Amino acid sequence: MLDDFIWRALLGGLGVALAAGPLGAFVVWRRMAYFGDTLAHSGLLGVAVGVLAGVDEGLGVLAVCLATALLLVLLERSRRLATDTLLGILAHSALSLGLVGLALLETVRVDLSSYLFGDILAVGMRDLAWIWGGGLAALALLAAIWRPLLAATVHEELARVEGVPVFAVRLAFMLLIALVVAVAMKVVGVLLITSLLIIPAATARHFARSPERMAVLGSGFGALAVGGGLAASLHLDTPAGPSIVVCAALLFALAFAVPTRAR
Amino acid sequence: MSGEPLLRLHGVSLTRGRRTLLDGVDLDLAGGEIVTLIGPNGAGKSTLVKVALGLLAPDRGTVWRRPGVRIGYVPQRLVVAETLPLSVERFVTLGTPAPRAAVRAALAETGAAHVLRNPLHSVSGGELQRVMLARALLRRPALLVLDEPVQAVDVAGQYALYELIGAIRDRRGCGILLVSHDLHLVMAATDRVVCLNHHVCCAGHPDDVSRDPAYRALFGLEGVRHLAVYHHHHDHRHDLHGEVLHEDAEHDHAR
Repeated sequence: MLDDFIWRALLGGLGVALAAGPLGAFVVWRRMAYFGDTLAHSGLLGVAVGVLAGVDEGLGVLAVCLATALLLVLLERSRRLATDTLLGILAHSALSLGLVGLALLETVRVDLSSYLFGDILAVGMRDLAWIWGGGLAALALLAAIWRPLLAATVHEELARVEGVPVFAVRLAFMLLIALVVAVAMKVVGVLLITSLLIIPAATARHFARSPERMAVLGSGFGALAVGGGLAASLHLDTPAGPSIVVCAALLFALAFAVPTRAR
Repeated sequence: MSGEPLLRLHGVSLTRGRRTLLDGVDLDLAGGEIVTLIGPNGAGKSTLVKVALGLLAPDRGTVWRRPGVRIGYVPQRLVVAETLPLSVERFVTLGTPAPRAAVRAALAETGAAHVLRNPLHSVSGGELQRVMLARALLRRPALLVLDEPVQAVDVAGQYALYELIGAIRDRRGCGILLVSHDLHLVMAATDRVVCLNHHVCCAGHPDDVSRDPAYRALFGLEGVRHLAVYHHHHDHRHDLHGEVLHEDAEHDHAR
């Protein structure tokens, strides 16, 4: 029989995959991969902040991710710097600041690699509640803004003329990504979160003829990657987070071998 | 709704950094009227359109739109990510949810009913313009704003599109604000021309504008010769329709 920790790991991974599919589709459509990376990297700073403030580290991660998303929206609005330059500066300074911060907190011993690459096999009941609560909340919010967000993704100015509150919708979407990043950190770690957003969605594109289909298929491929990656990790004794990502990448490659008329 | 004022811009100025994009521009548009903005590339046409639509706020001047006016907008460029699977039908209803029959009718009105179920990525440049126009019409707009609607369309297709735009005005009585960089193309379809080069150089009936020294100075000799060349097409086209149009204007330009 499988041990409890494996069921918890699987449940946690599936929760993340479920939320990551539809959000990842928008990340792909809006070409925001680098944005996701930046938020994820700021998550490590969130761990340091959480430890420093003596609160739950998940809370610290969520707070810092949300703050970073807000900062990005505001900076992007002022248009002082090209967005990718801005993201490059923020992503790596946040990551480094997190590493430096954690090193300075001598009293606390933290397992750095679990934050960087995830520690899905250590997912507890508390984490499960956090993942499924956060993930389902993110999906519900995304469903609520789905239509205006899609319109703004296709053409922002056209959407504005047609009455979509584009700025509010974009802000909501960025906060949603921050939420999912905070939720997914335990499973794949800050360095690999974006892959779980992007790879399943990109795989789904191959088979989808509508945006909704691509979102749902993205969740499906994410779930397959979680299951396959965990199984591989158990049999081959490889790290779980990276195994999940490798599995997702294999699915992506395999998708191209399947003939399709979806294009 | 014909004749009712829809849009009134007064003394609109906009600067970005050191560049003056718009300088004291006035623009009026009423229902049932086609007004064309012309000017060279970089003259601020698209900027003015965005101010008129409320997408940009001017630094100075006033923008008035009839309260509650429904606007249909066809932007200059539409680039949808290759990764986003979207059918034409879905694209058309993104702004206004509508049953398939209504979508089909709007597409039929613009001559693009045959692409209803095709992926948006697969349609040609001319078809895409017609699809975007259908999306705008689905809103039953009182004001239609078309930013360079004939880009990426061949010459024959351009005339067909302008004919279509004229027909839409006649049928629906909506006001139309059109942007073009070629006066000769829009002459037949337009009621009033506003020639823009950051400020309004000249404005009025297309024939008058084409004779205006300010217009000629703006477009230069090349532009005028260009005009004569295209007029040849124009004559040809209207001969088929049994009309003689702008013959004196052509002499004027060839001189």
